[in-house]
Amino acid sequence: MLNLLNGPQTMGRGRVFWICAALVLAAALVYPAFADPYDVGNFGYFLIWIFMALGLCVMWGLCGMLSFGQTFFFGIGGYAYGVLAIILGNGPAATIVGLFGAVALAGLAAAVLGYFMIYGRISGVFFGIVTLSFTLALAFFLGQTAGPEWAIGRARLNGFNGMQGMSPLSVPWFGGPVVLEETALYYVLVAGLTATYLLLRVLANSRFGNVLVAVREDPERAELLGYDVRRYQLIAFVLGSALAGVSGVLYTSWGQFITPSSIGLPAAAMPIIWVAFSGRTDLTATLVGTFLLLVGFQTLTIYSQETALVVMGALLAATILFVPRGFVVGIGELLARPRRKRLAPALSPDDARP
Amino acid sequence: MTALLQVGRVSKTFGGFSAVSDVDLSVEEGEIHCLIGPNGAGKSTLFKLIVGTYAPTGGHIRFRGQDVTQAKPFARVQLGMSIKRQAPSVFKALPVRQNLHIALQHHTAPDRLEREEERLLELLALSADAAKLAGQLSHGQQQWLEIGMAIALKPTLLLLDEPTAGLSSEETRHTGELIKRLNAGGMTVLAVEHDMAFVRQIATAVTVMHLGRTFARGSVEEIVADPSVAEIYLGVPHAG
Repeated sequence: MLNLLNGPQTMGRGRVFWICAALVLAAALVYPAFADPYDVGNFGYFLIWIFMALGLCVMWGLCGMLSFGQTFFFGIGGYAYGVLAIILGNGPAATIVGLFGAVALAGLAAAVLGYFMIYGRISGVFFGIVTLSFTLALAFFLGQTAGPEWAIGRARLNGFNGMQGMSPLSVPWFGGPVVLEETALYYVLVAGLTATYLLLRVLANSRFGNVLVAVREDPERAELLGYDVRRYQLIAFVLGSALAGVSGVLYTSWGQFITPSSIGLPAAAMPIIWVAFSGRTDLTATLVGTFLLLVGFQTLTIYSQETALVVMGALLAATILFVPRGFVVGIGELLARPRRKRLAPALSPDDARP
Repeated sequence: MTALLQVGRVSKTFGGFSAVSDVDLSVEEGEIHCLIGPNGAGKSTLFKLIVGTYAPTGGHIRFRGQDVTQAKPFARVQLGMSIKRQAPSVFKALPVRQNLHIALQHHTAPDRLEREEERLLELLALSADAAKLAGQLSHGQQQWLEIGMAIALKPTLLLLDEPTAGLSSEETRHTGELIKRLNAGGMTVLAVEHDMAFVRQIATAVTVMHLGRTFARGSVEEIVADPSVAEIYLGVPHAG
């Protein structure tokens, strides 16, 4: 299985790449020793979003389905966790039910929505439109839940102000449960992200990943090679959307609040910008690019949120106009060029569709 | 002996236009069966009905003794059909080797994949271009690559929709030899073809379609000798 870490669907390969990756991981692991726990917690915030970016990379970059619904599933995961955590209270048992319940709910929602879209032969731009509609509907719906009648048990949905006060994730540990905040949360995020990234790499280069790429390139041809194309699309959609659910749970637990604005249009556009800018066909590029954009966006937001949004929009426009395959992928290929003459390029200019 | 593929009174209408009506076709095991006819005769539509891209308006299709009339294309392929479509439809943005890999991984154990890839690359004379993107190949090479992908599925019935379209006469002859070699190895072939010299080279049975109907059926010699077949090709109105 380890040999599938490298393959046609992943750009970074070879010893230099893996040494660099190990160095980055090592730096991430020792970082808390040199930083204030509060800053470590804030740094962890950036990692939270990368799960949903990787999910979009799988369904859009590998399988060719542009979903505008990452924040829809993010919202389902986040709100479900909020409700469960408020009802169940503190402790590892509540965490397990809250985390897995919320992610499962996001996955289930993706399976139902995906089933009707994919088996209803909705594809291309309409896939984006339908998923966006659901996203906006959920954001509007949650925005009007301010009244006391909108409550599940003790958990009030609170309209535009959103939910708050849910207990964060906690894990059992020697000498009592550890609440996942600041440094502890950071380490869980680093571990979770590393595992997700490596597993998705294996998946991308496996038989399954080969079929996803075939479906992206030409669904009819893929079906005529004997693959049940719609089933593969559905699995990719559920997987990618469930990862958005993971981000939602982590976000809610991290800040102990969630509002409809993390679902609505500006938020929904973000994953697409991250992944397009980075290079949607590559997991490593998505990971690196998303992280850089999040840090940049946050830095700009401190000065002016409007400026940050305008810059993000400009970056998306620049990506589509100048580097349709993504900036990080482009830079990665430049770096790899002298060493990779003999190997097949993972992508071609023909793939340069926005 | 029952036919490997049995098409019975199959029809397809698009709106008011009847592209294929009441067509019967049976392909016996071991044949190289060529489907010929003037443009617009309904040959490609019939192919799409056989492989399941279109659902028929009427009639039935049986393959290897099973009724596949309502089966999805992928299910028919899993049952042992494989098609090379009319315009070369390879995965242009992927390397040649990966194109074959995607087709091969169905039936090939992972440890034998690379050897099978090499074998096919050699068979298709594409070894030197294995790392190229399929879209960078010449038209003829793309046609061959797609034939390679189709045979990588180890089908019992290989469907070829104009395998020689756009090929030079040299390439056409090579393609014919390849098809005969595959047939000798036990693969039944059904091909839509325009090039009569090519049909003469490979066919063991010929069905002629005209205006959406089966017009004639027989050996190559019989078909070539049939004056009414020549008439439909030359556009002379056929009496009766």
